[in-house]
Amino acid sequence: MLSAIVFLPLVAALLLAVPAIPDRVARWIWVAVAAVDLALVAVVWANFEEPPEGQLAFEERLAWIPGVGASYHIGVDGLSLPLVGMTAIVFLACAIYALRDDDRPRIQAALFLFLQSVSLGVFVAADLILFFVFFDLSIVGMYFVIAGWGHGATAGRSALKFFLYTFLGSLALLLGFIGLYVSADTPTFDMVELVEMMPLQGEPVIGGAVLAAILIGLAVKTPTVPFHTWLPPAHTDAPAIGSAVLAGVLLKMGTYGFVRIAMPMLPEAWQDWAWPIIIVGVVSVLYGALVALAQRDVKRMVAYTSVNHMGYVVLAVGVAGLVGSGTDDARRLAIVGAETQMVSHGLITAALFLLVGVLRDRAGTYELSAYGGLAGPAPRLTTLFAIGAFASLGLPAFSGFIAEFQIFAGAVGTAPITAVALLGILLTAAMFLRAVQRLFAGETRGGSIGFRDLSATELWSAGPLLALSLLIGVLPRVILDVIEPAAATLVDLVGR
Amino acid sequence: MSATAALWLLVLLPAIAGALLCLLPRAERVAGVVAVGVAAVSLVLAVVVAVAQPTAAVPFIAGAGFDLRVDGLSAILLPTVAAVTLLVLIFAAGDIREGRPRFYGLMLIFAAAALLTAVAGNLVTLLFAWEIMGATSYALIGFWWRDGHRLASGTTAFITTRAGDLGLYAAAGAALGGGAGLGLAALPDATAGWRDVVAAGILVAALGKAAQLPFSFWLSRAMDGPSPVSALLHSAAMVAMGGYLLLRAAPLLESTGWADTAAAWIGAATALLLGAVAVAQRDVKQLLAASTAAQLGFVVLAAGLSAQGAGVAHLVAHASTKAALFIAAGAWLTALGTRRLSSLAGAARRWRVLGVSASIAALALAGIPPLSLWATKDAVLTAALEESLWLYIVGLAASALSAVYAGKLIVAIWRRPDAQTATHYDEDERGTRHVGALESAPVAVLAAGAAVLGMLALPPLSGAVAQAIGQEPAAPGVWELVASGAIALVLVLAATRWRPPEPRWAADWLGLELAADRLLVRPTLRLADRLARVDDAGIDAAADGAATASLAIARRAASLDDAGIDAAADGAAAASLAIARGAASFDDRGVDRSVDGFARRIWRAGRDSARAQNGQLHHYYAQAVALLSVAVVLLLVIER
Repeated sequence: MLSAIVFLPLVAALLLAVPAIPDRVARWIWVAVAAVDLALVAVVWANFEEPPEGQLAFEERLAWIPGVGASYHIGVDGLSLPLVGMTAIVFLACAIYALRDDDRPRIQAALFLFLQSVSLGVFVAADLILFFVFFDLSIVGMYFVIAGWGHGATAGRSALKFFLYTFLGSLALLLGFIGLYVSADTPTFDMVELVEMMPLQGEPVIGGAVLAAILIGLAVKTPTVPFHTWLPPAHTDAPAIGSAVLAGVLLKMGTYGFVRIAMPMLPEAWQDWAWPIIIVGVVSVLYGALVALAQRDVKRMVAYTSVNHMGYVVLAVGVAGLVGSGTDDARRLAIVGAETQMVSHGLITAALFLLVGVLRDRAGTYELSAYGGLAGPAPRLTTLFAIGAFASLGLPAFSGFIAEFQIFAGAVGTAPITAVALLGILLTAAMFLRAVQRLFAGETRGGSIGFRDLSATELWSAGPLLALSLLIGVLPRVILDVIEPAAATLVDLVGR
Repeated sequence: MSATAALWLLVLLPAIAGALLCLLPRAERVAGVVAVGVAAVSLVLAVVVAVAQPTAAVPFIAGAGFDLRVDGLSAILLPTVAAVTLLVLIFAAGDIREGRPRFYGLMLIFAAAALLTAVAGNLVTLLFAWEIMGATSYALIGFWWRDGHRLASGTTAFITTRAGDLGLYAAAGAALGGGAGLGLAALPDATAGWRDVVAAGILVAALGKAAQLPFSFWLSRAMDGPSPVSALLHSAAMVAMGGYLLLRAAPLLESTGWADTAAAWIGAATALLLGAVAVAQRDVKQLLAASTAAQLGFVVLAAGLSAQGAGVAHLVAHASTKAALFIAAGAWLTALGTRRLSSLAGAARRWRVLGVSASIAALALAGIPPLSLWATKDAVLTAALEESLWLYIVGLAASALSAVYAGKLIVAIWRRPDAQTATHYDEDERGTRHVGALESAPVAVLAAGAAVLGMLALPPLSGAVAQAIGQEPAAPGVWELVASGAIALVLVLAATRWRPPEPRWAADWLGLELAADRLLVRPTLRLADRLARVDDAGIDAAADGAATASLAIARRAASLDDAGIDAAADGAAAASLAIARGAASFDDRGVDRSVDGFARRIWRAGRDSARAQNGQLHHYYAQAVALLSVAVVLLLVIER
């Protein structure tokens, strides 16, 4: 079942490589495949039960490279399934948004379907080599999205910067994986077995070094300060759907790596390094929010909010390593919050990037100062952007609140000093409300004059993402029931 | 219908109706009717719920459900909020003429959030409602978005109150850390150090919402919103919820041994200083706003003294009083197009029902016996006297100030108009010169409340209130009542003869907004700008530099590989040329040109590499695969 979910888009991508397929058909094939994939994920979700510790649900395992102990091993649990669902949703939204694109739509559809396959692959992989292959292929796919469909004279340069930076990061990650492999009792790349073996328990120096390699790799992808500078240019030049996938899905590969690989496989090193990780998280929160506040380009601004939002996740996973202080309840809450944040940020930021893309499409610029009074000609865009902004700044009734409340309650309840990160939610509020003020309020002027409001495809791509955020915000059990058992397991694992 | 279902419906009905109205911008005609209907049903439900006092909960996050519980305190508050909401929405039917679905939608969502705040049983439910109140307040203050400054005022209000809200997040964390869990009732059980954090967090959040010092300035900016918004949010509901939270948290504040004293003094100081601010205002809405902060100060004082019965009586009586006055001010603004006190001369004579009703409310605000605030305020002051004489004196001075500004308002509206009066008509908006029943009737009802609700603080009702919230009955002392009543009478009469002073510091709301701007907002923005520059010029440049350097090295290595000796010779030549050029004190054109040429070549190479041709990318990828292979070989070797 999972293999079908992962490879269905890839098969469709190969099919779309056939030049004879007309553009219109290609666009609809993309939507249809993304929809079918989402339906398959829904079936998995409906039949999902948290597997016992040391196992995965919907597990599949085939021999692949037995010589090095790597196999085709996939499966899901409460940490991966929400991300699989979010990924399928974001890609479907992108497919709908792109229904009116006319820049090489067939190739674009193939490329995004390829990206969807490898992204889903990252989240279901239970083998480090498999994880790494999918992880790197996602970088390649995104490179072509930015270089091929990006706008602006610097798209090629931004794409290359993105590629080199994150690729270099992935090599550090690989080094860490190899470190795990060689130090295991029976060398293997299998994640489930490595979690059980905890290869570097009792070896603080080597364990720390391996963790450092993995952390650097993941920190680049997440990204955390100071490894984030590839992000703003990549977003500025990427097409709207590229940004949505980059921020919504690809960044989560970094944070997912923390909870899937670093924490359960290297619990002792994680505990040793908890405070540096917390500090990086807090700095990312505050720094990301402050730099976002200073942006004059709305897309760069949204890009920097990702640094801030991913900072909350890093803070939370760091706090989970403070075994022995606070209560288990608080640390569990932080992890549940972190995982919720990954899903929430995926939905909300993807929606925001899709909406921001409309600005450039209509008036050719992302400059805040080029607009004003947009609420007049574009009430739908105004409503959706305002909802997205409030969702992103953590307003209750949206998923961000469920995430951030749990992260903060867990973090402050474990290490009160982390309360300084609370300033992050104040700064993001200030930043978004300033942006809303500049774009939408006042007399209609500049780029706002004659602005065409959201089309149906734009409305029905960004809208459902925000509706889902609302659903999670009001009825969080729909997702927390899946996350909480897995988070509890993770807290146990990291406490070993 | 069971009481539990009524409780859910009380919150969900306005929330869902409001959300639907917001999303249906074409429902211009029915919006008002729907909203008033929903508010009427809510009022019935509020009464049902207040009588039955049910609880309800559904699972929400781990360790804390979405928890609603009605106790004596919320039973008093719920009908108040629902009734004021209904009356304000009726008034709005005559006052808001475009964008009605959005207006009524936001008002209903706000009302749902306020009702939920009053019944929230734990911190997560409370924060949920609390921040939605803040967000709807933002959207309602900025309702007329074409005037950019109105939305900016909404932003100021939201950011200021959210700064306080951070306290609730911290309190939730500390409650968990202290082992008390998130339930409001159990918060005093948290272990000592943690409990202080919980109390501090709740105190800060409540002070922010209640517009107490030093947060008060946001309420001044909030007056940019439509009049019905001020009447509901900035008198009866949102700011009142700040006071409510402290009344609810009084046992927690007391348990810390310091937070109760802090609350009492901050409340007293706000009552005094914002009273002075109110006296100095020349704009009717600004006067009412400052007075709101000052009157909430008495509620906060009561919370600090654990005099919840007196506090809640004052809260309810003030809600009715101030909503009446805000609606009246809104009706005059709509009719005359001005908020200037000096231009309201004769307004009470021109529209008698409205004028008399508003005057009753203003007399109540002044503390004239036997009207409501006279009794409720003295119940608070009696408790203050038991605690400390100084606290009592400050409170008494504050209540004297309320007589002065209420007197100022009464004089302004009854004064005979003169030649100057009409010159400022229509300066804020085009006046209609009309006040209808939709405007006057709600004020009359609320003024009746302002007249009689003081009974809540007097026997025998004060005993019932005390019993409902589980307290010892307490009533204002007779001498306190006589003293404050006499002072109020004298000062209101004095106001008819003399103009009170209007010092600059008070007229400018103590310079609080300016201070926040200079001390917090601007430095933050400057820091943000600086960091953004560092981000571009420093961190990013470092990454670029590293990339460029490695490209240069790669290029060097590649050319070595490609051309061997030639490249080496080139390099040597270039190096010696460079040295020659550096050392040369003479100008050799040829050398210069070849160095330039070499530099250009290097530069071009760098640019070509950065241009990201596909071939180049494959090149990197191939290198990576090579590295991967080396790594695999390495580990196979290690394994052997």
